[in-house]
Amino acid sequence: MSATSDLDLVPAIATRREDALSGLEKMVSKGLGWARKYSLFQYPFVTACCGMEFMAVAAARYDLDRFGAALPRFSPRQADLLMVVGTVNVKQAPILRRVYDSMADPKWVVAFGVCASSGGFYDNYATVQGIDRIIPVDVYIPGCPPRPEQVLDGIILLQQKIQDQPHKLIDREKPALPAKG
Amino acid sequence: MSQAALQRLKERFPEAVTEAYTGPGGDDVALVKKESIEEVCRFLRSDPEMAFDMAPYITAVDYMGSEPRFEVVYQMYSTTKNHRLRLRVGVPESDPVVRSVTPLWKGANWYERYCWDLYGIRFEGHPDMRRLYMYEEFVGHPLRKDYSLRGRQPLIPERQVDEPFRGPGPSGS
Amino acid sequence: MSKAPETAILPVPAAASPLDAPFPTKRMLVNLGPSHPAMHGTVRAVVELDGEAVHSMKLDIGFLHRGFEKSCENVTWTQVFPYTDRLNYVSSIMNNVGYALAVEKLAGLQVPERAQYLRVVTSELHRMCDHLTLISAMGLELGAMTVLIYGMEARDLIWDRLTELCGARLTSNYARVGGVSRDVPPGWNEKVLRTLDRAEELRVEIDRLLTRNRIVIDRTRGTGVMSREDAIDYGFTGPCLRASGVPYDVRKASPYLVYDRLDFDVPVGTNGDNFDRYLMRMEEMKQSDRIVRQCFDQMQPGAIAADDSRYVLPPKPEVYGSIEGAMAHFKIIMEGIKVPAGEAYAYVEAANGELGFYAVSDGSGRPYKLGVRAPGWNMLMALPQMMEGKLLADLIPTFDTINMIGGEVEQ
Repeated sequence: MSATSDLDLVPAIATRREDALSGLEKMVSKGLGWARKYSLFQYPFVTACCGMEFMAVAAARYDLDRFGAALPRFSPRQADLLMVVGTVNVKQAPILRRVYDSMADPKWVVAFGVCASSGGFYDNYATVQGIDRIIPVDVYIPGCPPRPEQVLDGIILLQQKIQDQPHKLIDREKPALPAKG
Repeated sequence: MSQAALQRLKERFPEAVTEAYTGPGGDDVALVKKESIEEVCRFLRSDPEMAFDMAPYITAVDYMGSEPRFEVVYQMYSTTKNHRLRLRVGVPESDPVVRSVTPLWKGANWYERYCWDLYGIRFEGHPDMRRLYMYEEFVGHPLRKDYSLRGRQPLIPERQVDEPFRGPGPSGS
Repeated sequence: MSKAPETAILPVPAAASPLDAPFPTKRMLVNLGPSHPAMHGTVRAVVELDGEAVHSMKLDIGFLHRGFEKSCENVTWTQVFPYTDRLNYVSSIMNNVGYALAVEKLAGLQVPERAQYLRVVTSELHRMCDHLTLISAMGLELGAMTVLIYGMEARDLIWDRLTELCGARLTSNYARVGGVSRDVPPGWNEKVLRTLDRAEELRVEIDRLLTRNRIVIDRTRGTGVMSREDAIDYGFTGPCLRASGVPYDVRKASPYLVYDRLDFDVPVGTNGDNFDRYLMRMEEMKQSDRIVRQCFDQMQPGAIAADDSRYVLPPKPEVYGSIEGAMAHFKIIMEGIKVPAGEAYAYVEAANGELGFYAVSDGSGRPYKLGVRAPGWNMLMALPQMMEGKLLADLIPTFDTINMIGGEVEQ
């Protein structure tokens, strides 16, 4: 991947005619957004303590099923939400990168917990200071570990973000392939 | 609580055990010479009065600035006699090699790999001497006092991230 | 990385007719990678398979190494408590207590009685949480998802009580050098007793679902067997060692805190297989319940931390009211507790086994070295031996019952 921030590539306003959506396309985008946000197949990339809170969120009390995000898919090809739960250290980083690259578009990434968001209080030789140094992140859920209500808030934010993104029925844009090696 | 064991060890190996004392809280400690550690451990394991049958907890300490620089610590326990003993073995920086006790206790395997990985102390006679925690491409031994806390060696190139606290750029020391 | 072993085609013995001859096969190398649902957390296993049977297995760990020891060398003695929380993150208070015992051993501090009782109560509650997590995960992975739901409900109830006491559900940061950080809120004891009653109901439900279940018995009985001698040789402790027939429990062998005043039993198994380990944990939950109830009966009101202002923060009225209090507070916060030089090893009976802390001090406010004897380490080391010759599907219950918690194994 190029070493520049992805913020440089996203235009602030869609001023070009090709990027603007027509009325019908807007309806399609809203419908697809609604469908995609309420049927999230998560890939729980669980490493550490936040995994316990993830189990609690997925269980009966703080139900993740009512958001449509209950079913974990343990193959990256079948998942669209990569939840990075817990600390990612330098040895694990290539594997995270590989899992992210294996996922098909559209995909979203949630950094669950403060170790995934920014390295937590493990500022040492072994820990990556936040997974956004490896993959682009959509929603950050801080907390050590975050309370389940915080996680549900993060999922709701993600759902709003998914709804607002432009969705096309047939996406003719070429996907960005990972660099070799 | 294991004074008798400590005394017996001292009597059996008068030249190998350089010092034997009782530390804070009642821990019985013996300082053992590096060359005789395997003999001492074999005695501790097989002797019926000592019977230290459980795999010891082996760790290392880096006393940078004093001679010998490293110290390998063996914390022993006996399930039958319910007594504990600690052995401290001084390991100089110029010759950081110790005989392995893995042939005696299978459970010492990973502890010795940990000492090699994080401190750089080699164990002769270990069946599988390679790194345990860090990856093979890692250079250095992180828990040594002269290794910096933030000395990251990334495996894959990192993206540029604008951090308000530490500033932009990939992480470094 | 390891070299690939010779995966030649295995020799086929001669047979009367081609229809009787066994099918020629090759051994297959499968990577159960670090991001895998069965590898709790992050263990990589490279398995050489002969059909469904595991011929040999090699473990690769280090994917959760967070530099615990190096971090602890750079913070003060009190700031280490959150780091110890995240070692065995399903039962954090036991890590806190173990570390506090090591520092108190070095400093020669006496902890007041009420603090000892509170430490025991919270340790046993977290032991129940640990066992519930393990049994729920085991149930889920053997196909009984209802057990996960019931177990999580029981665990959430206990966590609610601990939230009221410590402030956090999971990473409690409750013990301090010299005592505990705060006293119980009013009415907490009765609430905990009611929670324990409800948790007991749920535990009985889980027991009814799993213990005499044909599938669970078939999958766990006889799998993951560890003989008594091998278990001691590998350094097993805790429920896994007791399942192999060795009645070693730190709480009975060398009682610490107030365990010598409490009356509880320690279950010991016979076969050393997964089913026995599961039964150990179910029974230990009942015993933990007993211990907590006895503690509530025996606990008296009193101080919750030692009265030594070199190690314990003085109470706030003194800090704001007197010069000595302010000075003591300032010194402890800014420089850290000055623990006398020396080294000490303190051990507790964590949910998983003997959790030991080896603390070396050089007299300054920061640990010189803090080593952890993680109980799950020894079990994980023995996993390849437990799996050799067995079916790959036996890896699931075995990995579950040894309770490898990534945080403590990889520090």
